[in-house]
Amino acid sequence: MASDRFQAPDYYHLDDLLTEEHKLIRDTVREWVKKDVSPIIEDAAQKGEYPIHLNKGIAALGGFGPYIPTEYGGAGLDQISYGLIMQEFERGDSGLRSAASVQSSLVMYPIYNYGNEAQRMKYLPKLASGDWVGSFGLTEPDHGSNPSGMITNYKDMGDHYLLNGAKMWITNSPICDVAVVWAKNEEGRIHGLVVERGMEGFTTPETHGKWSLRASRTGELVFDNVKVPKENLLPNKSGLGAPLGCLDSARYGIAWGVIGAAMDCYDSALRYAQERIQFGKPIAAFQLTQKKLAEMITEITKAQLLTYRLGQLKNEGRATTQQISMAKRNNVDMALNIAREARQIHGGMGIIGEYPIMRHMMNLESVITYEGTHDIHLLITGMDVTGHSAFKG
Amino acid sequence: MKILVCISKAPDTTSKIAFTDSNTAFDTTGVQFIINPYDEWYALVRGLELKEANGGSVTVLNVGGADNDPTIRKALAIGADSAIRINMEPKDALGVAKQISDYAKENGFDMILCGKETIDYNGSQVGGMIAGYLDQPFISNASKLDMDGNTATIERDIQGGKEVIQVDTPFVLSAAKGMSEPRIPNMRGIMAARSKALVVVEPGAFEDTTEIAEYILPAAKGACRMVSADNPAELLDLLRNEAKII
Ligand SMILES: Cc1cc2nc3c(=O)[nH]c(=O)nc-3n(C[C@H](O)[C@H](O)[C@H](O)COP(=O)(O)OP(=O)(O)OC[C@H]3O[C@@H](n4cnc5c(N)ncnc54)[C@H](O)[C@@H]3O)c2cc1C
Repeated sequence: MASDRFQAPDYYHLDDLLTEEHKLIRDTVREWVKKDVSPIIEDAAQKGEYPIHLNKGIAALGGFGPYIPTEYGGAGLDQISYGLIMQEFERGDSGLRSAASVQSSLVMYPIYNYGNEAQRMKYLPKLASGDWVGSFGLTEPDHGSNPSGMITNYKDMGDHYLLNGAKMWITNSPICDVAVVWAKNEEGRIHGLVVERGMEGFTTPETHGKWSLRASRTGELVFDNVKVPKENLLPNKSGLGAPLGCLDSARYGIAWGVIGAAMDCYDSALRYAQERIQFGKPIAAFQLTQKKLAEMITEITKAQLLTYRLGQLKNEGRATTQQISMAKRNNVDMALNIAREARQIHGGMGIIGEYPIMRHMMNLESVITYEGTHDIHLLITGMDVTGHSAFKG
Repeated sequence: MKILVCISKAPDTTSKIAFTDSNTAFDTTGVQFIINPYDEWYALVRGLELKEANGGSVTVLNVGGADNDPTIRKALAIGADSAIRINMEPKDALGVAKQISDYAKENGFDMILCGKETIDYNGSQVGGMIAGYLDQPFISNASKLDMDGNTATIERDIQGGKEVIQVDTPFVLSAAKGMSEPRIPNMRGIMAARSKALVVVEPGAFEDTTEIAEYILPAAKGACRMVSADNPAELLDLLRNEAKII
């Protein structure tokens, strides 16, 4: 990729609302992305590799478990800092943000919130330091939007649990050291289990041929009579609410993250439009280009305000699942539309890796589907405002 | 080893430059400030490396108003042990150097490290003036600094080669590219910076010796003329007859 000339738009001076520390954290992550991520990410995406050497850097920046208390190796930051870190990671690439989201919100969050002290001490410091990679197994081949129908299950064998089933579309599965797996007990109630690499009968085949999130590894988690020690069951929460609690946290991070991708596309498009001359003028001088750019900055500004307020609510412990759904849905859609429009502004240049546009655009096709699809989030809002569930047709 | 690193702030290199007050003052509206890169990347980081290798402490010092505190906090996040801000809007290099040297005289440092220049007005004066006030040796534009006990071996890039200098502490040095690799703070550093001291000191009396008469922006760049790659004759003609440079 050409050198990273990114400049973040801040049309409504939102920086004035951030603390000195928020800005220092954000600028630090931004600087790191420019220095360590931008020069290599295009190549990694083209090759379909996750640049795992970046995990040490992510960890040093507090990107694994930003809001997990420091005694467990987390960074002990507030929710707005968490959001800003995700924004800057995703400005680099959604794959990087996905790795941080999964590790933080889908692996460390349930171990911290639903686990006991021994589990916290065993897993959290190694996940925070990036020595271990975690994955989160909820989705199954036949149960995506409807995870409550899952068939992965375990039986109580006296001194251990016997786990059977398969999870699909699992971020980091091929490289994970531990997996937080959601499975039903004999009564059909969902519980979380920590499955460790090396347990007999546990395999993690990779899903190949993705055209999206290429700088992120995806695969399956397959459990064939895996003996899971009883102390690996997360004791403090069960039922579908347990995994959904993790998703709230991850979706919140995504709502911020995609603003980063949108900013990158807008920034690149704005610069390109000023520099590209056609018919004797910069294309930025044409009304149709201005419409695109003006709408982009308007939508980015709205999304920034939405997440900032949501961050305040989250800091106060008042953000609801439904409010988070609205932000995830709105912001991913916003980012995807901006990526598509930015790609048009770049003309032919928009399809090659010298510019980040097409990579962001393709990445966002995953982001709009995972962690609850665009339509499922709409149904969540619909149910919230009408009181009627429209999930079952 | 007691090290003082002088840090100034500078507009981010992407800032739009404009002036107010009949072109006598820089217009800071909407300008993002950063630590002057020569101070941060080279003076501060090399100071930290020396401290890590030999023990001691690194104090950063800035002459400026309270709006500089975020910039100073960043230096603490990168690893400085403590920070001093001399509470005064700097007017010229001599005033800044006087305040810094007064502070240094009172507190005694083995070395004072500055950047070779600040990327705002590029005066390159403060370091030399501090050395003057303190009556200490001054080594400008240093690209390498190694310590052996109290003796420093310093390299300077000079035209067509290098100059190697040995000097005993105390001394004042201005740092240039090559000294060290820039460091990005990590989260532990950012959090530790919360609890590090940032002491505000009131300035001593000083009368300004200079006054800004006017700033003048360079003339806008002329339009770029494109010449087709398969028409070198046209290029030659333009260079010869229009630009008149060949
Ligand atoms: C790259 C990638 C990484 C992922 N990482 C993880 C991971 O780490 N862990 C994990 O557990 N999962 C992960 N997922 C899975 C992801 O969460 C699911 O793909 C998602 O929940 C959708 O499930 P599905 O693919 O089975 O689609 P389906 O549920 O089959 O949906 C297909 C379409 O039907 C629509 N639909 C479904 N139900 C309804 C309804 N009631 N009303 C209206 N429309 C409906 C959907 O909106 C969608 O448009 C990942 C997915 C991808 C692509």
